[in-house]
Amino acid sequence: MRLRFLTAMYAGAAALAVLAGSASAAETIYYPSLVYRSGPYAPNGIPFANGVADYVAMINARDGGVGGVKIEFEECETGYATDRGVECYERLKGKGAKGAIAFSPLSTGITFALTEKVAVDKIPLQTMGYGRSESADGRVFTWNFPLLGTYWSAADILIQHVNKIAGGLQGKKITLVYHDSPYGKEPIPVLQEHAQRYGYTFEAIPVTHPGVEQKAAWLKIRQTRPDFVFLWGWGVMNSTAIKEAVAVGYPRERMYGVWWAAAEPDVRPAGDDAKGYQGLALHPAGADYPVHKDILKYVYDAGKGAGKREEVGEVLYNRGMIDAMLKLEAVRNAQKIFNVKVPTGEQVREGYERLELTAQRIKELGFEGLITPIKVSCRDHEGSRKARIHQWDGKKWVFVSDWIEANNEYLRPKVEAAAMAYAKEKGITPRTCN
Amino acid sequence: MIYRETGQFRTSYAEDQAIFRLREDRIGIAAILAIAWVGVPLLADEYLLRAILIPFLILSLAAIGLNLLLGYCGQISLGTGAFMAVGAYSAYNLALRLPELPLLLDFFLAGLIAAGVGIVFGLPSFRIKGLYLAVATLALQFFADWAFLRVRWFTNYTPSGSVTAPVLDFFGWVVDTEREKYWLCLAFVCAIALLAKNLVRSRLGRSWMAIRDMDIAAEIIGIRPMHAKLSAFAVSSFVAGLAGVLWAFVHLGSWEPLAFSIDMSFRLLFMVIIGGMGSILGSFLGAAFITILPIFLNQAPAMIGIRLSTAMVSHLEFMIFGTLIVLFLIWEPHGLARLWQIGKEKMRLWPFPY
Repeated sequence: MRLRFLTAMYAGAAALAVLAGSASAAETIYYPSLVYRSGPYAPNGIPFANGVADYVAMINARDGGVGGVKIEFEECETGYATDRGVECYERLKGKGAKGAIAFSPLSTGITFALTEKVAVDKIPLQTMGYGRSESADGRVFTWNFPLLGTYWSAADILIQHVNKIAGGLQGKKITLVYHDSPYGKEPIPVLQEHAQRYGYTFEAIPVTHPGVEQKAAWLKIRQTRPDFVFLWGWGVMNSTAIKEAVAVGYPRERMYGVWWAAAEPDVRPAGDDAKGYQGLALHPAGADYPVHKDILKYVYDAGKGAGKREEVGEVLYNRGMIDAMLKLEAVRNAQKIFNVKVPTGEQVREGYERLELTAQRIKELGFEGLITPIKVSCRDHEGSRKARIHQWDGKKWVFVSDWIEANNEYLRPKVEAAAMAYAKEKGITPRTCN
Repeated sequence: MIYRETGQFRTSYAEDQAIFRLREDRIGIAAILAIAWVGVPLLADEYLLRAILIPFLILSLAAIGLNLLLGYCGQISLGTGAFMAVGAYSAYNLALRLPELPLLLDFFLAGLIAAGVGIVFGLPSFRIKGLYLAVATLALQFFADWAFLRVRWFTNYTPSGSVTAPVLDFFGWVVDTEREKYWLCLAFVCAIALLAKNLVRSRLGRSWMAIRDMDIAAEIIGIRPMHAKLSAFAVSSFVAGLAGVLWAFVHLGSWEPLAFSIDMSFRLLFMVIIGGMGSILGSFLGAAFITILPIFLNQAPAMIGIRLSTAMVSHLEFMIFGTLIVLFLIWEPHGLARLWQIGKEKMRLWPFPY
């Protein structure tokens, strides 16, 4: 039986290999997309995946691909599970003429699991707004690109903001309600250190995955009455937290979500109770930017949209779009640097490292107003670390602050120290950046 | 016709006690081993090794561990994931804090620590049986989840709570390619499977089975229930702990407690139930069913050229997989191993109807 099973498996694998081989015959850029359209995190995974799929489809339809080379796009369902994520990565990494251009797992757990593998396979790992915070140090984390901001940057921005509105945090109480996973734990070191610098008392309350049961956490908040609650949740945990806040009478105006806890699927299930809830925004919501017009025209008018037309422009949709745009810009950059049509993963990495999006270029791409200029370098793989605060008014997200930049003079030494500790543990010799 | 024992006489006790008494079986197993040791590493590509075969081997090992406890000794456990976690985190801490120890010894000690935890949490089995014991082992699962999330010492105070395995260096043999990892896992699986097979045929294994079939009768004929139950817990958690080390060090490389959550325990329980309780072969079949089938189902539509949306494929995967579990359990409640056994008996008689 075992023998028969193995042979059947080989037959299956061989068939797969044949299929993969025939698909890669044409000169295309292979764009793998790890998504989760099922499971407990699907409400957040779907809009992001749609944003990615639609942007790639639009580029294919409008420009005929990147630099005239068509993009071959394939999704793989991870269900937010680390082992399935690794399986998807292995399945897709070698496809296409030159292999996958880059991966974005959209899960801190999968990012951790892939960090070592991508270095061996020479494929960049783009973790826009998530992943390991210390991977901003490009000297150690050669293949990781936590573009636009890490969780340490996010924590710093949030503290800067509440410090400003509260007129100093001396003697205040801040409580972090976090998803009990690497994702939720990432900001804790920064919030703890800031507690000493700013003089607030800090408490962290974990919520077990997937986060539907958090009565105990909120009873504790009712007791301690913190001045601010930071929410580091994902998926159903966020809307549950808002409902629980209502139940214990904690004002939503003093709750701040990280950028993964400040999208429509987080506030809509809580209905009117979510009014006043605030959160970090890596970029605005809304579908009235030039790039959306093109997506509607080339993708939705052709009936090829990945989602519903009215969902275009949601927070996570836009984030998926930006994620895809940055990846394709890195590819374009690699095409230019190496003068090739289809760059390898190694060349795309070089494209990332020298990625610079000026205001002019962002305007050309149709993203004006969505993101601020980015400049990635060998040392700094984050590129930019800015976010705004937005508030849910019951129907849409409204900005309540301007762009706030994380304090890199404080964060950088911390990132470097953590990266060096990682390098030592793993026996990596950091690159020298000139 | 081909598969029958006519003419094969066993003339010594050693021959009579062999695991595979039929020549055909011996040839079959030798062929499987040859394919597994030589053929697969030569032919399989990286995807097959890393994403399918390595997880399959490691989970087979864990399923063997649970099968010893559940299938042979009849003690239901929902804490296999926790035993794996204990193994993984013990090996991590041993490698981290006592770097002078060879890694192989770390693995072994981690297994022993898991066995120790297994004995402690096996103690309730004297007083409670069946589903109630399952609930007691569930407590271990939640305790382990809690401990590895909250007690920061276990994760060496890493800010994210996620830890990474050290370099796999066995007395100078650095295991870094997928092929070497596969061989490493295969070596452990072969050794433990042989050990388990012999164990269940030994006095100890027979006392487990006596306890499973009727504990009072077993006690009357002179089997010590405490000894039998605790040894089953110890051996089972040793094997599960070892599987946990391999899962963390070899397969994941970097992990968080979620990797050994209750989901893992349930998956292993299903593997044993579907594969066949009280069968070493069943552990392999069950592991293959639970780990490989969903991946196959996920890729099947694309293989036969049907284009479906990602969400549709993943929903179909759940539906078909669930239906198959139900069908298998109705069709053959004793698991896939029993099907194989029926097949074997049919083959012995073939081409005669009975």
